[in-house]
Amino acid sequence: MNGFRGKFTLLALQNAPLILFAVLIIVFGFMSDRFLTPINFVNIVNQASHIAIIAIGMTFVLLIAGIDLSVGANMYLSAAVLGVFLVGMPPIVAFPVVAVLGLAFGAVNAVIITQLRVAAFITTLATLFVGRGIALYFSGNKMVPFSKSVLEFGRSTYLGVPSAIWVFAVVLIIALLVLKLTTFGRQVYAIGADPDAAAKAGINVKRVVFAVYCICGVCAAVGGLVSGSQVAVASSTFGFQKEFPVIAAAVLGGTSLFGGRGSVLGTVFGAVLIQTVENGLVMTNANPYIYPLVISVIIFIAVFTDSSRTTVLERLERRKIRVEPD
Amino acid sequence: MTATTQAARDAAITAGRPLLKVEGLCKSFFGVEVLHKVGFSLQAGRVLGLVGENGSGKSTTMNIIGGVHQMDAGQIQFDGAVYRPKGPRDAARQGIAFIHQELNLFRNLSIAENLFITEFPKLVPGLPFIDRSAARKRAAELLAAVDLDLSPTTLVNKLSQGERQLVEIAKALGAKAKVIIFDEPTTSLTTRETDRLFDIINRLRAQGIAIIYISHILADVMRLCDNITVLRDGHVVGSALKSDMTIERMISMMVGRSIDQLFPPRDYAAPKGDPVLDVAGITQRGTVKDISFTLKAGEVLGISGLMGAGRSELARILFGIDPYSSGEIKIGGVAITAPTPSVCMDHGMAFLTEDRRAEGLMMEAAIDTNIALSSLQNYAGGLGGMIDRGRLAGDVQKMSTSVQISAKDIVRTLVKNLSGGNQQKVVIGKWLLRDPKVFILDEPTRGIDVGAKNEVYKIINSLAAGGAGILMISSELEELVGMCDRIMVMAHGEIRATYERGSFDREELLRAAMWDGIRSSSK
Repeated sequence: MNGFRGKFTLLALQNAPLILFAVLIIVFGFMSDRFLTPINFVNIVNQASHIAIIAIGMTFVLLIAGIDLSVGANMYLSAAVLGVFLVGMPPIVAFPVVAVLGLAFGAVNAVIITQLRVAAFITTLATLFVGRGIALYFSGNKMVPFSKSVLEFGRSTYLGVPSAIWVFAVVLIIALLVLKLTTFGRQVYAIGADPDAAAKAGINVKRVVFAVYCICGVCAAVGGLVSGSQVAVASSTFGFQKEFPVIAAAVLGGTSLFGGRGSVLGTVFGAVLIQTVENGLVMTNANPYIYPLVISVIIFIAVFTDSSRTTVLERLERRKIRVEPD
Repeated sequence: MTATTQAARDAAITAGRPLLKVEGLCKSFFGVEVLHKVGFSLQAGRVLGLVGENGSGKSTTMNIIGGVHQMDAGQIQFDGAVYRPKGPRDAARQGIAFIHQELNLFRNLSIAENLFITEFPKLVPGLPFIDRSAARKRAAELLAAVDLDLSPTTLVNKLSQGERQLVEIAKALGAKAKVIIFDEPTTSLTTRETDRLFDIINRLRAQGIAIIYISHILADVMRLCDNITVLRDGHVVGSALKSDMTIERMISMMVGRSIDQLFPPRDYAAPKGDPVLDVAGITQRGTVKDISFTLKAGEVLGISGLMGAGRSELARILFGIDPYSSGEIKIGGVAITAPTPSVCMDHGMAFLTEDRRAEGLMMEAAIDTNIALSSLQNYAGGLGGMIDRGRLAGDVQKMSTSVQISAKDIVRTLVKNLSGGNQQKVVIGKWLLRDPKVFILDEPTRGIDVGAKNEVYKIINSLAAGGAGILMISSELEELVGMCDRIMVMAHGEIRATYERGSFDREELLRAAMWDGIRSSSK
């Protein structure tokens, strides 16, 4: 009986974000008649894409029980390089260059974490400041305007869908394939569940961890490009504190901060959920000062359900010494 | 596998030569020798039983063969060639599979994924994509080979311990292992699961796979093995065919050790005081069942038993860390209705955990900070609860002298720089500063050298002489026999027997702990 109740609690906790999402849609739908329209939904996804792209990279990191706080800085650095150095280049050339730069940023994190064995939290906290510092130096602490071609990309649509959503879709599909269908992807889950067992099983743990931080770096840079192409200029606060909605999106989507559990689809859902809240607040003419408050309540609920879920799971899986006859 | 080694292997089998031959294996950890010239050999299609007390070197030997540790000296011949694995993966590649006591499965992945986590079948050679249906098919074949009737897509999370064990064996078969090492495979299995495991092991033997079987359950060893090797203190004390071995003989070989002056004397006849800890019928489903005993002031009560017998779990319940479903706990005559660590501490209980690094100490802090940690409120008072630092520092200094911590400066020396023995004394000092009436010690001398052990024993004796009740959990029988007034033996979460000083008999104690094994052998 106890086990049944435990499982029921678990089910409720696992679907808490979904329940939250449904409630929010109903509430906002009643409060604003513009909210429940197809155009608004495309808008939400369009605005959520850069967060979703970065959060997909973050999901890889969280799956191995790591963390990357430097994604916002990586984003800003990418945008600054694009706006300062790659002005004449068409997006088709400039974007891959910036993506490679993002990979290099991730690789720096990876080297410090895997080779120098510094905790991921400290490492990426440091590279957050270093990254922003370099970007501020490049931009001379001024607004960085993007070239016209970049803005045209940001405004363009294909088959009626904004290009940001297309980029987001491509990243999502690649991430899904990698996580579900490659040995590497499965090893990411294995390492998150138990790094010692993974090493004993013969997985090259260091190499996988290295690659994961590189992937997160690329995603951060691509997210920066998508966001940059939508906002015309990168101010000195571009990408500032983006790590919070990014991590929140992943956790809202069911990714555990302790590794081994989560999915990119869930993360995408989390990103859309956060954007839905922001959009709904705008649509209902809420006081802009309460936005952060509402978002932080949502994030708190996400983190809280994650930890209660872990507790319930632990209780269900507690090691039994005696095998009781039933 | 090259043709030459394959030929060598065939030749070895036809000549009756061993498939695996270990000679003169030595290994030290931090200057303490744990293996001394260990040697044995194993033929294809044979099962070698390896028995010995905790800490006798069984696991270390197997960790060396399995590539987890490197040997200091000695030689291993495998398959007719010198074998020196660089790591677990190298060992597996060469055909040695190690099934650890703590299984190396990923619970968040499916059975098929666990089987192929390092080498999935590929959709297209050269591309990274997994051929999921091929993986499922091959996994189903391997599962059939171990009689496991489960879908390969089942999450390992959903499997019982016995089923997980079989998945590990399937994994070894998938890696084409020639030698499979089992470390305590049956500790968490039911009788039926154990029978099933033995059927599979016998089948593997018939296929020509060599097995090394490590177990505390001597009856299982007798039932399963062709040869038996007994280890004690890192030495091989006996190797024999099963027909030349009995359980009695194994036990006497395992324990025959002289105790010199390790255990300081205490006046065991001194009258004991009032009960300081009364435990009545403590039960927690899946952990402990109907535990009752009384600990008196001035008494040292030992708890013996095998790993996984529920000893540490009982200690955690008594200290209020884990819950219990029924029963009663009284500390110093006062019933504790809702025990939590702080309630238990307030009633004069102290608990030295088995893992001092993780639970008992702040490694980055100085000695004095660690000792003072649990007693700060006793020194707080006056305006705003300020801590009387002078009085605290004086008492901490006295405590560190009385437990004989060897460090020049207790304010500047960080705990992480101390030896294991001194670290343990810091934890003990921390608790003694609270002047406990009941002190639960879980493996108080694990991993510390003989000299430090002796000092810890002296502290325990003086505590008991001072009127505290000591509950001492240990996996070392000698230690309990040398120190305790009474010893309780636990097995499967229950107290199986209690012995008074004077009637301690090592073989009897060991037999009580292994009772299940003996009982099932007589069936």
